[in-house]
Amino acid sequence: MRALETILTEKGYVEPAALDAIIQAYETKIGPHNGARVVAKAWTDPAFKTALLEDGSKAIGTLGHVSRVGDHLVVVENTPQRHNMVVCTLCSCYPWEMLGLPPVWYKAAPYRSRAVKDPRGMLADFGVTVPKDIEIRVWDSTAETRFLVLPMRPEGTEGWSEEQLTELVTRDSMIGTGFPRKPGAPS
Amino acid sequence: MNGVHDMGGMDGFGKVEPEPNEPMFHADWESRVLAMVRAMGAAGAFNIDTSRFYRETLPPHVYLSSSYYKKWFLGLEEMLIAKGYLTREEVAAGRAVQPAKALKHGKFGLDDVERVMVRGKFARPAPVPAKFKIGDRVRAKNIHPTTHTRLPRYVRGHVGIVELNHGCHVFPDSAAMELGENPQWLYTVVFEGRDLWGADGDPTSKVSIDAFEPYLDPA
Repeated sequence: MRALETILTEKGYVEPAALDAIIQAYETKIGPHNGARVVAKAWTDPAFKTALLEDGSKAIGTLGHVSRVGDHLVVVENTPQRHNMVVCTLCSCYPWEMLGLPPVWYKAAPYRSRAVKDPRGMLADFGVTVPKDIEIRVWDSTAETRFLVLPMRPEGTEGWSEEQLTELVTRDSMIGTGFPRKPGAPS
Repeated sequence: MNGVHDMGGMDGFGKVEPEPNEPMFHADWESRVLAMVRAMGAAGAFNIDTSRFYRETLPPHVYLSSSYYKKWFLGLEEMLIAKGYLTREEVAAGRAVQPAKALKHGKFGLDDVERVMVRGKFARPAPVPAKFKIGDRVRAKNIHPTTHTRLPRYVRGHVGIVELNHGCHVFPDSAAMELGENPQWLYTVVFEGRDLWGADGDPTSKVSIDAFEPYLDPA
């Protein structure tokens, strides 16, 4: 792999320092902390939540402290009747700006093959049980739209600040393969 | 193309195994490959659909046995050779031998880093009105193009409901083959789990894809 970088550099296509900077940006600027802030804000600010579900990219664009978001981010809300889950069966599409680079399992064959056919069984691999009377909705990211799950706010968090709530939001809860932490659970 | 990348609904791949405290990269070379792909794409050597197509055309046994970034590496190398940015001789020699081919947006430098950190824009003005509206019943076409498509096999021939209209977007099937952007209307179409997977399917599951208008017929 190094040889390829040498050739691209010698041919004058890329500056190695620019590659370093890309890697550094991925390592520091993006990650699930961005998505967690969006979720916690939606839990505490009903007007923001409405705007977020209406147009995710636009609503997140109004938050100065979250890094820039690409177009066509669709936020889908979990309810007592419906659990949402996101997959990309064809490759690895994932809301990078909100969640960072996807974990290996998200890009690997077991998840990509099974999420659409047996979502409930697949969730069991994560130790996640969704009761049988709750609809499971799987969003296959087959275009340049990106999906972020808005999980349900955990019980027992009445009066919590946005900042406190952010700590409860896990990456997997925003993919739909997990739930937020319960108050008092270890992070 | 009906490749092994189109995995939705396949059996036999085993359990999902999340890795606790997974690092962002498992080796330094993975991060270099990611950066090279982003940089060469941003410099104009290829578009995102073409890069997906080159990964899909890796031989099936290579696709299935390679790690994620290994696939990116192999796809990148093949694509750059095919587009004339480097030669097999150079890859074998591990150094530049031929003169460079001009990049559409020039050399990728530090000033360009900021713009690769936000996804490109794929929405385009609509050339024609949308054929479908929200709530319409549509059937995913039974098509099997041998080139790049974003219509997964597991929905072909099945009837679903149009749920969202995302406007007109670059059409990957055309863009991947460098035949222009050919913008098409894009919809979220939702299918009942039992319609896709038969009587054994989970009756409370629904699956949606984002489907471009040319993938759909009225039903």
